[in-house]
Amino acid sequence: MISIKDVNKSFGTNQVLVDINLEIKKSNVIALIGPSGAGKSTLIRVINALEEIDSGEIIVDGTSIHDKKTDINKARTNIGFVFQSFNLYPFLTALENVTIAPIKVKGIPKSAAEKMGKELLSSLGLADKMNVHPSHLSGGQQQRVAIARALAMDPQIMLFDEPTSALDPEMIKEVLDAIRKLAKEGMTMIVVTHEMGFAREICDNIVFMAEGRVVEVNPPDIFFTNPESERAQIFLSKVLNH
Amino acid sequence: MKYQLDWSVITNNLDIFFKGIYLTLEISALSLLFAIPIGIVFGVGRISKNPIIRFISSVYVEVMRGVPLLVILIWIHLVLGQFLKLGAFWGSIISLAIFSGSFIAEIVRGGIQSLPKGQMEAARSSGMSNYQAMRLIILPQAFRKTLPPMASQFIILIKDSSLVSTISAVDLTLKATNLAALSYRYIEIWSFVALLYFTMTFTLSLIIRQFEKRWLKSEY
Repeated sequence: MISIKDVNKSFGTNQVLVDINLEIKKSNVIALIGPSGAGKSTLIRVINALEEIDSGEIIVDGTSIHDKKTDINKARTNIGFVFQSFNLYPFLTALENVTIAPIKVKGIPKSAAEKMGKELLSSLGLADKMNVHPSHLSGGQQQRVAIARALAMDPQIMLFDEPTSALDPEMIKEVLDAIRKLAKEGMTMIVVTHEMGFAREICDNIVFMAEGRVVEVNPPDIFFTNPESERAQIFLSKVLNH
Repeated sequence: MKYQLDWSVITNNLDIFFKGIYLTLEISALSLLFAIPIGIVFGVGRISKNPIIRFISSVYVEVMRGVPLLVILIWIHLVLGQFLKLGAFWGSIISLAIFSGSFIAEIVRGGIQSLPKGQMEAARSSGMSNYQAMRLIILPQAFRKTLPPMASQFIILIKDSSLVSTISAVDLTLKATNLAALSYRYIEIWSFVALLYFTMTFTLSLIIRQFEKRWLKSEY
């Protein structure tokens, strides 16, 4: 479903992605973990071309994302993206946030888009927040609206860039529950996260990154109990035993 | 002999002043009509990813900002008037539009750049083209932010339009100049003209303030 081949990326002299190779199968849920500055966010951002790459190739659902001939706007409709800081459109209501892209990009009639938007928001527990602007929503509610907005384009893949890092502790659960639900429905997902318990519970594979490289890829029961790489052992001893 | 004020020159010639107001508002409104799209295009152009578009936009803004309006008016009148057979009326409107447009461009650019980067990223990641993201997500928010400086710019435009009289485009200032030359009632006429300009700009100011209040209140 997602194929990342020999990807390199630098910001100036700082190489943030080094020879990344990764295969992600359909319906797999991947947690991308590692110390800050490891390149996790950059990796997830190059998958839908929010960042350019210097070399290599990324193929999502048969489409080469960084090929100049690719219609990136069309390719992106297949990839939902959820940001750490929500990035909801503050001048639109929750429902309008969800429906604007289906209406304007996909050309879905407004009434159909609204029906779908209402269903999505309801399924995420936001039935009573449809006509509320983001500034009147809590962080957890905003992030759920952002998830609904991404799902509204009916993507094959969802990318989450630290979806709970900007949330108060009591709101983390409601967002994780939403992601957990998607995992059960078989959505292909990559989640950059610091929630180790969550990663362990829902993910098929843990991708551990450090210094711009993929250091280890293993199923969670192996990764968390018996990590192969020394780098992951050090990282886990720091995050699990604090 | 002491100068005796005689306001009858005003009351007897109200029709001339009203005509003048109408012409000034007409020139200002038409200039604004062109200045706004010019400002949006070049404001967005200033932050375009395309270096050529960015360069052209920057040259335009810097030149307009660096040359006095009076010189632009005369130059457009002489050069374009010569080759395109533009009258003083359209010469004035073009001059005011391109001059004011450069300032609007800077306001638009500032408004766009004041928005968090994530707004553009969210729009693009949902499949919107750069143009769609600008039109549907970025500019609606940028406009709210730019309303106060934009209002000042509209007021400046009305005031600047008084310069068109120097290329003999007919407006309130030219009407007043001519009337003063005939009647020798300079103090009365120019006092009244000042009052009229103030009334126009202050009314506009109040309208914009109302608009702003309603718009900003209904916001988010």
